[in-house]
Amino acid sequence: MADFEIPETHEFPVIPTVMEGVMSHSAPFLAKEQFQAPLGFPGNGELIEGWKETFLEKLGEMLGKYRSLQVFMDICVKCGACTDKCHYFLGTGDAKNMPVARQDLLRKVYRRYFTFAGKHFPKLVGAVDLTEEIIDEMYSYYHQCSECRRCSVFCPYGIDTAEVTMAARDILAHVGKGQKYSNEIIGKVHKIGNNLGLPEPALADTLEGLEEEVEEDTGVKVRYPLDEKGADILLVTPSADFFAEPHVDGLIGYGKVFHAAGVSWTVSSKASEAANFGLFIGNYENMREISLRIREAAKELGVKRIIFGECGHAWRVAYSFLNTLAGPWDFLDPNYPVPQHILDFTSDCLDRGILNIDKSENDWMTLTFHDSCNVARASRIGSYPGSQFEIPRKVIKAVCNNFHDMAPETIHDSTFCCGGGGGLLTDDLIELRIKGALPRMEALKNVIEDKGVTHMAAICAICKSQFTKVLPYYGMTMDQIVSVHQLVSSAIILEGQGDEDEAEADTEEAA
Amino acid sequence: MTALSILYVVLFYAAIAVLIGGITNKVLQYKRVPAPLKIPVTPAPMTKGGVAWRLTMEIVLFNSLFRSSKWTWIFGWIFHVALLLAFFRHLRYVVSPDSFLWPIVSLQVVQSFGKYAGFAMVVGLIGLLGRRIFVDRVRYISSPSDYLMLLLIIGIAVSGLMMNYVVRTDIVQLKAFIMGLFLFDWQNLPSDFILLVHLTLVLILSFVFPISKLLHAPGLFFAPTRNQVDNPREVRHLSPWGAELEAKDGRNA
Repeated sequence: MADFEIPETHEFPVIPTVMEGVMSHSAPFLAKEQFQAPLGFPGNGELIEGWKETFLEKLGEMLGKYRSLQVFMDICVKCGACTDKCHYFLGTGDAKNMPVARQDLLRKVYRRYFTFAGKHFPKLVGAVDLTEEIIDEMYSYYHQCSECRRCSVFCPYGIDTAEVTMAARDILAHVGKGQKYSNEIIGKVHKIGNNLGLPEPALADTLEGLEEEVEEDTGVKVRYPLDEKGADILLVTPSADFFAEPHVDGLIGYGKVFHAAGVSWTVSSKASEAANFGLFIGNYENMREISLRIREAAKELGVKRIIFGECGHAWRVAYSFLNTLAGPWDFLDPNYPVPQHILDFTSDCLDRGILNIDKSENDWMTLTFHDSCNVARASRIGSYPGSQFEIPRKVIKAVCNNFHDMAPETIHDSTFCCGGGGGLLTDDLIELRIKGALPRMEALKNVIEDKGVTHMAAICAICKSQFTKVLPYYGMTMDQIVSVHQLVSSAIILEGQGDEDEAEADTEEAA
Repeated sequence: MTALSILYVVLFYAAIAVLIGGITNKVLQYKRVPAPLKIPVTPAPMTKGGVAWRLTMEIVLFNSLFRSSKWTWIFGWIFHVALLLAFFRHLRYVVSPDSFLWPIVSLQVVQSFGKYAGFAMVVGLIGLLGRRIFVDRVRYISSPSDYLMLLLIIGIAVSGLMMNYVVRTDIVQLKAFIMGLFLFDWQNLPSDFILLVHLTLVLILSFVFPISKLLHAPGLFFAPTRNQVDNPREVRHLSPWGAELEAKDGRNA
């Protein structure tokens, strides 16, 4: 199945012995000029002329623009608290996948050129000259971080490796070492409007197909509108929701909830993508550019509210950054949070009792829930801290009878990344993705064996795609990952749907 | 005045200047550099009071470290608490008996706790050194400076303890020397070897503070992951350079 070993799962997590360089061969494809230029980056996948000066200049600029980077470069005491917290370290044992060692790749260059100690006593403080080898090492290991922030939770000073990774990737892109996967996708968003490069007619076609499918299934005409001016709600959802499994079942669920709640909504072809890979490459300008499409779409369509579909990093950008990047949102209805999470909306509908739910529809499954890192550690869903953990579970329990959490040290803000986040969801990093999934796979396997769990629900497009891919490597099946709104979709009984079901049942009985 | 005393007077002033100047410089830098985005690690407090509480818990109890590694936590916490107690005990060298602080500083409890804290400090530091040497992960990430820093502070603690239990020094003259520094009325420093070792190591620590990882002390307050309020949807957060970008293209209007 693969030319590397799939890590063994254990009942309890095993902290590997430190090994040097076992993952140094891992690096994603470099972005050629066609993917660099549209984003404002130079080069053709090779270091540009004068790369060293450019690198240091850019690093200096970032230090002056990001307090996080400046502070984090200075204050690490090398206590080791983070060393066993990264899923990529746990899955590979590579020394440089320990968060502090990953940070040090940039920190040792920072020290050499920006600090007194590093300038005068480099050996003493572990400062090194910037060389091509260092650049290659950075390119490799800064693409073995999914920016999941688990290390930051456990750091006594809150040092967030994600901030360092983002800065490093941005600097690397500026010396010609951009990542093909992320940059190509961002290019598509700028040009077409979504990560997949789905043009408007294809999107319209897909949504029409969904309407037909749902009608066939339920007998109810549920609408999946596109570019409908004057709708109340603009739904911004990851483009994977339009066609990938199990994502699309989630989208079907959002539509049913909106239908049952009696609200008008629409998808926009201009902002037909919730994902914002500008976050992954650590580039403010690109992230802002992508966010502004949502502002433009909301204005053009004249909506009153914005709701985001199930997506992890997209929700981080939406919840934490959208107001900064594309606000102010004073033209929207101030009675609703901008933006709102689809689970917040559904949870509210459940509270108000306006959804007709038949939990037994999901009785054939026993669920667990995977907290997606960006939702868990970089955002909130409801009105109080920690609601990002409770609301998804509340919704799942409202539509399913069988639910068990995974081990406490692997959920909530201690959740393990799926292994494919942060711009790593690409086939050229498949070894890393499989190995990085180990801690989550371990926790899942244990709850399957101990509690009879059959399916894991998630609220992130990347998590869903990643698990679909890696579950089989760990002896499970790809359909064991489901969308939360897929569960809602199965359990919800729409008005008019019940009659027909009963009618059907009656005929069956009669026959 | 002896040549030795003059040398130490100069070194003390230099050390104080470097310490205060260096830390001020760094703190001003941390204040000056903007945090362009809201990045608190969540769940995060939704009010400023909540953030103050979060930071207080980190500073007093080392909350996050407790979650990460019980061994590092216990050794680290013991060391820092002992450091604080030793600091209180040392106030007797800089507080004059007619100061309003004297009744507190001279309390038996302050003085004896401060004394025994020296042992706790050494225990904590040796524990941290042990982890650095024996845990392969921590060994891998350690630079020479990381070991030296621990040895430096162990040296300070041990030489301090020695003056209490082995070779006593003339603390009346020592206090006269230190008070003299504040009053610009310089006095002789006792020339006991252990005292000079103790003071020299403290001077080195002060010189190194603003250019080393000891910056974690002020830096802790500036980590946006911990000091930001979780309210990005309610309050628009915009850095000066973010605002400039907006002003340039007007697309947020």
